[in-house]
Amino acid sequence: MSSREMPVATPTRLGWAHVCLAQLRRELALARRRGGDWLNPLLFLALVVVLFPLGISPQPARLADVAPGLLWVAALLAMLLSLDALFRTDHADGTLEQMLLAPQPLPLLCLTKVVVHWLLTGVPLALCAPWLGVLLSLPAGAAPVLIGSLLLGSATLSLIGAIGAALTVGLPRGGILLSLLILPLYIPVLIFGAGAVQTALAGGSAAPAMALLGAMLALAVAGAPFAIAGALRISVNG
Amino acid sequence: MNVVLDAHELACERDDRWLFDSLELHLRDGDIVRIEGANGSGKTSLLKLLTGQLVPDAGRIEWHGQPLARAREAFRRSLLFIGHEPGVAAALTAQENLAWSAAMAGVGVSAAAIDDALAGVGLTGFEDVAANQLSAGQRRRIALARLDLVPRPLWILDEPFTAIDRHGVAWLEQRVLSHGEQGGAVIMTTHHTFQANDRVDSLILGATA
Repeated sequence: MSSREMPVATPTRLGWAHVCLAQLRRELALARRRGGDWLNPLLFLALVVVLFPLGISPQPARLADVAPGLLWVAALLAMLLSLDALFRTDHADGTLEQMLLAPQPLPLLCLTKVVVHWLLTGVPLALCAPWLGVLLSLPAGAAPVLIGSLLLGSATLSLIGAIGAALTVGLPRGGILLSLLILPLYIPVLIFGAGAVQTALAGGSAAPAMALLGAMLALAVAGAPFAIAGALRISVNG
Repeated sequence: MNVVLDAHELACERDDRWLFDSLELHLRDGDIVRIEGANGSGKTSLLKLLTGQLVPDAGRIEWHGQPLARAREAFRRSLLFIGHEPGVAAALTAQENLAWSAAMAGVGVSAAAIDDALAGVGLTGFEDVAANQLSAGQRRRIALARLDLVPRPLWILDEPFTAIDRHGVAWLEQRVLSHGEQGGAVIMTTHHTFQANDRVDSLILGATA
């Protein structure tokens, strides 16, 4: 034991905003290096939309009928497929352990990660869905509601999905379990999301359904980061 | 005193097997402790307990006299941990990895400071090379650059000597000793024997008491 005091240079202590920014920068850099990975969900959505008329019927009236639900289901599944990888590499290379031991609020770091996931999957899906809707004879008038509902809904899907991804990150083949865990929680989002578009098509007001989607998102933003952080602690040290 | 870490009557159980029990550990400024033991004797588990990642099955861990769970924030501001997987993202460059590590530690560093730290571990010229194009040893060196970049009194290192060459081993050994001389404390698991072995205390797990 020595009585010498260590000359602790007190470097500038970073605020939360800086820490989040660093996390954001890292996630974006990682996405850039991964290259075209962010295109996979879009490709999935496009494939479903292209194949569906071949399997059902090319009649415009019939397609327009199922278009809102179909686009929503395909977007939801595309999100689901992209979730498994959310924490996997971070877990494998020890980054997650560093995050858990950092003197930073873990829920905030998780939220930043989820925001990037949403920006790279949910937002492109929402923006492309109306264009693919054209293939399903979806009237152009439904586009704003489709984009809006998908933007709100996919953010909720990202947040809820991240809880499942965090819970299954330590398991060797967590993919199936992840789907089983979070699909039930996805159903309300799907019902109101597709419902909003359908109501708009029928000439009604999409506002109530959109408000409910917004409420679900608000709830998810408030609660999910803590659930994700808790789930990560369990998985990493289980 | 920067480092006051105490473990009393610590016990760890994994899969119905007691890895160790009644373990006492008192760490103060200047202490360097090496944890030894056969594979599977609970070295990494002990480090996870000491960093608060695992909850002990019996006993308690205190930081400056306070239970670790209560002093978590202060403890983590004093801790530098390099785990078995060193936390270096393969797709990112050395520079990007360290910028993130420093930010996570809550320390603001300039790009020049990162370059200096990388030069210290012999990675000059590799600042902007993605880690997956480097060797395992070089990747570990990126993690070790944190020792210079993020000033923390308590270092907890899991097998820090793996994968690095003879030069690196000598450097790291020196770095650990000088950290102790400056009043820092180090706990590490390793099978490596130090040149200046008298400065290092050993804790042997799995030996029958």
